[in-house]
Amino acid sequence: MSVTIDVGTVLRGTVCALYSNLVTRPTGAAVRHAIERQVTDIGGPAVTTIDFSQVNLLDFSCADEIVAKLLLRYTDANGPPGYLTFRGIHDGHIDPIETVLERHALALVSWHEGCAELFGYVDEHERSHWETVRDHGPVWPDKVARMLHVDEPFALAQLQRLCTRRLLMTRDDGYAVPGTVTKALGA
Amino acid sequence: MTTVINVPPSLDEQSVEQLFEQLALAPEGDKILVDARHARWASPYGLTALLCIAQSRRERLGFTVPENADTLSYWSRAGFFRHAAELYDVHGALPRQRETHESDVLLEITSISKSDDVHGVVGRIQHKAADILHGQLGLDTAITGAFGMTLSESCQNIVEHAGLGGWVAVQTYKYTRRLGRRVVVIAVCDAGVGFRQSLESSPMHRRSDRWDDAMALEDAVLRAMSRFRHGDAGRGQGLAGIRRFVGRWQGKLSVRSGTARIAIIPEWDEDSPMTESLPYFPGAQMQITIPERIGDVPTPTRGVAALRARAGR
Repeated sequence: MSVTIDVGTVLRGTVCALYSNLVTRPTGAAVRHAIERQVTDIGGPAVTTIDFSQVNLLDFSCADEIVAKLLLRYTDANGPPGYLTFRGIHDGHIDPIETVLERHALALVSWHEGCAELFGYVDEHERSHWETVRDHGPVWPDKVARMLHVDEPFALAQLQRLCTRRLLMTRDDGYAVPGTVTKALGA
Repeated sequence: MTTVINVPPSLDEQSVEQLFEQLALAPEGDKILVDARHARWASPYGLTALLCIAQSRRERLGFTVPENADTLSYWSRAGFFRHAAELYDVHGALPRQRETHESDVLLEITSISKSDDVHGVVGRIQHKAADILHGQLGLDTAITGAFGMTLSESCQNIVEHAGLGGWVAVQTYKYTRRLGRRVVVIAVCDAGVGFRQSLESSPMHRRSDRWDDAMALEDAVLRAMSRFRHGDAGRGQGLAGIRRFVGRWQGKLSVRSGTARIAIIPEWDEDSPMTESLPYFPGAQMQITIPERIGDVPTPTRGVAALRARAGR
């Protein structure tokens, strides 16, 4: 099961109907708590997509309260099951989002016009493995290793690391980017 | 006895120091009159600092309005007297209040004390900001969002750290002395606890012999320290973000607190990166200056398009 949460609707519905910008830390915290409540009420969907397309302005404080703190929760060993992805990230959002991701050594998967993108703190190997899975997945480590000209154990380690960071998911037909499909999970 | 503090004809970030100096010499409890009769011009920093002067003293100060009619009218349209009347005993005739439609006042002086105020100022400048930043100053449209973000973060410093309300103002004007071009200036001033005291309240703080206002400013502005960093690694990013914003748009950032002032200086300016032993003034006073774009300078963006291009997509 996957669910999309429109942050703009959450902002206007739970914080203030008159607000159109995601600014200030208390606003960010209130929006994050509302999102967490929605996810709990729905029953822990496999993939939760946070949609920023209705958000005009996002400041560092809100990026930290919403994006970073939600990701920190998901990547924690005791975090909720499932995956968190984003969509609707535009030029005006990227600076605060990249800043908070770097600050916390986090990365996220964002969907844009049907394509997945990887933003944030990832090393060269993580990025190349992630992009291979995005472009050729679902795919197994042996194929990724062949495509990247690396040893299979090395490829497996990279893919597992990306899974631990919830940037990839495992399925019965191989590794895939969260949000690609919604069937048969094995997180 | 009344101490008279003379406002210089041109009141900006530099000349405000003359006021702080005179004020520091006046003992607490003295009767003080701020005499602005000969003032002809004031930057947003100058006007908001004038409000902070009244805020910084327990006793109510007197204020003599400028004699020049144009100055009086402009200060009025910038919203200065609406706030000054609450803080000072104002002497002199004021022009009748009118709706502000000043093209170069992007945001009239606005008080900031809670998060709602920050939402208010960010919302109010949005449409006008695009017109002024892109239309008048020739800056890329990408600056509009970043400008709002910078305004939000600078105002939140008051809400989260000052322990007292403050003021923000945004204005454009021609910066003849240094640049000979137009600039947009954000001034955010308060007379609250200041950076040193704010950081001292953190459990992480370790007092040292070197600890002073200058070091507190370095910690906050250059090292993104915050009193909230203890237990929340995400804090302290606001000032770091503002610093990146001014760097990206060839702007200038200066922050004064207590007895020190730190500045992030662009090529077009010759300010000192750190000034110490200034006359003491409480709180924090910040100025952000972004110059008009001249010529075909590449737009310094860190946008999604750039990232997508970098990723070969």
